[in-house]
Amino acid sequence: MAVSDTLVRWRYRLVPDHLLGEILTKRWVDNAIPVLILVIVVAVFGSLIPDFFGAASIANLMRQWGEFALIVLALMIVMVAGGIDLSVGSTFALGNIVALALLSVGEWPVWAVVAATLACGAAVGLVNGLLVGYLRLRAFLTTLVTLIIVRAVVDMLLLKYSVAIAGSFVDSDLWYWFGEGGILGVPFSVVVIAVLAIATHLVLSRTRAGWHVLAVGGSRRSAHNVGIPVRRVICMTYVASGTLAALAGVLLASRLGGAGADTGVGLEIAALTAAVLGGNSLGGGRGSAAKAIIGSITVMIMVNGLVRLGVVRGGSSLMLGLVLLAAVAIDVRWLKNRLKFLNKVYVSPTYAELPAAPSTEGASPYALNDRLRSVEAIGLDRIDGPEDVILDGDDNIYVGNRTGDIVRFLAPDYARQEVFAHVGGRPLGMAFAKDGALLVCIGGMGLYRVGMDRSIEKLTDETNRSWFSIIDDSRLRLADDLDIAPDGRVFFSEATIRYEMHEWPVDCLESRGNGRIICFDPNTGTTRTVLKNLVFPNGICVMHDGQSFLFAETWTCRVSRYWFEGPKKGTVEPVIADLPGYPDNINRASDGTYWLALVGMRTPAFDLALKMPGFRKRMARRIAPDEWMYPNINTGCVLRFDEAGRIIETLWDLGGESHPMITSMREHKGHLYIGGILNNRVGRLTLEGVDTSWTGQASYWGGQSSDGAKP
Amino acid sequence: MGMGRLSQEQIVFGLALLLCVGFALALPGFLTTNNVLNLVRSVSILGILGVAMGLVVIGRGIDLSLVALMAVSVAWALHMVGTGMPLPQALIIALAFSLFIGAVNGWLVAYVEIPAIFATLAMGTLIYGFGRYFLLDLDVVYMPEAARHILWLGQGTLFGVPVPIFLFAAVCLGGHLFLRYAKSGRYLRAVGDNMLAARITGVPARPVVVLQYVLSSLIGFMAGIVTAASVASMNTRLAISTYVYDVILVVVLGGIGLSGGRGGIRNVIVGTLLIGVLLNGMTILDIQYTVQNVIKGAILLTAIVIDTILNPRDEQTAQQGDI
Repeated sequence: MAVSDTLVRWRYRLVPDHLLGEILTKRWVDNAIPVLILVIVVAVFGSLIPDFFGAASIANLMRQWGEFALIVLALMIVMVAGGIDLSVGSTFALGNIVALALLSVGEWPVWAVVAATLACGAAVGLVNGLLVGYLRLRAFLTTLVTLIIVRAVVDMLLLKYSVAIAGSFVDSDLWYWFGEGGILGVPFSVVVIAVLAIATHLVLSRTRAGWHVLAVGGSRRSAHNVGIPVRRVICMTYVASGTLAALAGVLLASRLGGAGADTGVGLEIAALTAAVLGGNSLGGGRGSAAKAIIGSITVMIMVNGLVRLGVVRGGSSLMLGLVLLAAVAIDVRWLKNRLKFLNKVYVSPTYAELPAAPSTEGASPYALNDRLRSVEAIGLDRIDGPEDVILDGDDNIYVGNRTGDIVRFLAPDYARQEVFAHVGGRPLGMAFAKDGALLVCIGGMGLYRVGMDRSIEKLTDETNRSWFSIIDDSRLRLADDLDIAPDGRVFFSEATIRYEMHEWPVDCLESRGNGRIICFDPNTGTTRTVLKNLVFPNGICVMHDGQSFLFAETWTCRVSRYWFEGPKKGTVEPVIADLPGYPDNINRASDGTYWLALVGMRTPAFDLALKMPGFRKRMARRIAPDEWMYPNINTGCVLRFDEAGRIIETLWDLGGESHPMITSMREHKGHLYIGGILNNRVGRLTLEGVDTSWTGQASYWGGQSSDGAKP
Repeated sequence: MGMGRLSQEQIVFGLALLLCVGFALALPGFLTTNNVLNLVRSVSILGILGVAMGLVVIGRGIDLSLVALMAVSVAWALHMVGTGMPLPQALIIALAFSLFIGAVNGWLVAYVEIPAIFATLAMGTLIYGFGRYFLLDLDVVYMPEAARHILWLGQGTLFGVPVPIFLFAAVCLGGHLFLRYAKSGRYLRAVGDNMLAARITGVPARPVVVLQYVLSSLIGFMAGIVTAASVASMNTRLAISTYVYDVILVVVLGGIGLSGGRGGIRNVIVGTLLIGVLLNGMTILDIQYTVQNVIKGAILLTAIVIDTILNPRDEQTAQQGDI
């Protein structure tokens, strides 16, 4: 191996490129960027300002943050429904002055003050809600105008009451406890925001009302079409927002006890910055209480940090403007390009080197011939994509098709066919269990059992989740082929955990060990992963000894043997390491050997490409999927080998005239039945010199099973 | 438009006349030549800004950084003159700054695709912060001796009529000719009416959007010079005041729909007249400033409601998140 090859191999072994694409598929990535920004901000200001995170500083900061976070939460609720509420700053100031005026001048009891102030905020919200929700005004301009009007009202109240407020004394311990006390050392405002944030989260994610809000924000027209009262929902978000902003005003009033002309001025910009920085999208549909909290902490630290650093004269305006612009720009670009970017980086090829391909000419056991020329077609043009073929004790043929059925061709002439069962997914590998039921691997669904009475039962669709896998690998994406051990355990292969059924050829571009073999034990009902990191494990066949199975890894062109019982339990041994093509299903032959289907043949160009992951990566990023270089999966053959891996015979169809495209074959009473995942027929070849009474079921379960299946 | 239906422009014009008549009858001294000239002069700056905003709104945008940019760039020019720079050089530098920021606004809206309302709102805050932090020492920059020449633009008269009125007229004429006869003016209206359709027909939609913000910053700069010349100073706190909403009020009241593509300079003139009469009347009536704000807010709200009813948002071209 050349030095450069070694370097490339280690490069792709050590750097897990595929993780980037997997991370991007996660929903929590939305929160990861805001959290990262928060960490950076904390680190920067923590190191610039000594004692910035000291106990005294923190206590003061947290009390302020509680009020600010309430306002951000208010704004978030409106934003997630697709609106915006700029009047929160003014409503906050209004809440402050109203609470103080009622308490000092009106001398109301505290509970009544709080209730009246909240009602006041709700009223402002209701005005906004009626205008934006019911009259369908533009949220931005409308709330800007209410901002101005409410601000003017606050100014009028200030003129009238500020002297009286400053001169009076509030005689209420409860009121001071709001502003200065706390629960278990946590400031009261922080307790309030914590409770409300959790409540908001639960409402948005767990209740009908919250889903309505998210639906309206996600797509207003669709929400209307499914019958959600869009206008009322929007109106209610503004009411909630006004109430929360007024509550923040009450907290401020209890903390400072005074009203100034600049209370809440410009707060809407800071709150908007916090909301967007936390990852809440303008225009709705994407937002959460957690995002609001993260954003509010970040902005709070930035604003206070700048003040502590002595940056004045518009420094914080400059920073807020810059951060808001950057956050909105990132938000807009991220939402627009996330999927595009994900599509570009998801395919991440790795280095794969195949042994030299054996010759298919001359004296080679793989030498070309025309032995499949005499294959006769069953159900020609009446079946779409029979991946696997199996026969029952009455010689009926069962195959899957592309539209989610298991089709039965009836013996003896196979002229009649019927839908045996509709399973919905893509039926792939099949095997008969001891009790005569048909077990099927269904791509996209999992492992299913179809009884002879046509009842369909799910056996399993999940396995144990790997600890360090980023994508959730507990669900079965592409169960491929199965076989059954003498004790009833079902071993089945899952070809890849990174791609769905319809994208399976793309997995070859990666040629990474994305697949696995899983064991379902019907005795305990458990599903465990047996072998991991296999390169597109495909065919699987329990050997005649009943202690081990053969499995084919398609993209590495090899067949291996795994012992699940006996002295060598748990070990894997190579059987054939250098096939000239891509192996698919394996099945037993009547003379104690095994049949193997090659779905396609290797080509020198693609073999070379496998050693050049950078080339394949550039290809996947820069050109359209239709133009990608795929492995050849059109021309293949059937071959027979023994358990030592010696090739006994090879059956070819030159030119693909009788039976192109082979993915499986099954020997039954002197005939070989051939299926192909992209084929339009089932092939039948008469074999010479074999035991014409041999059936697969008898080989697995003895005579009784085929007898039992007979009526 | 049939005889039975009145356009918003006609309604507003009628309202303005009605208010005029009302004030003239109720308020002694309202209809004197002096007061009328004074009225028009005081609103001509608002009118010039209205033309700038109108051009952007016709192109289906909005420029909330208009006033902030005007205040900071002109204050910076005065500041530079105060530190000894020749007046023309200072003006050119400040104008270049203004145009650059306008282009950045346009780029953010057209190419980064940030909604105009956010891009310019954040820009307004940013410009004010930038100006106060890097460019200026004080909130208010007074006009230095060396810049006395431009006082005439704000305080002088021509044929007995204050100069700002002529400037307002000139800007209106320029804007009208641009919208009506220039190719890019037609493009601007097309983009405002339906950006996707305009793009399909081959209009360079994005450059046109950038152009409208550059134009708005240019006209805004002129308005700023006139403002500074009128009061011999520039107060940068104007940037964070609600003045820009008065400008929007002018545009929306005049009948330029916020959904773009409709209206022209005549709407700006009508809107300016109504606001001018209203402000002047309220000032003569000695209504408290905060109450004036409430009244203006209520009128703006009414105007937006009427605008929404007259120009309903088109569900086909309105985008998700077009708030």
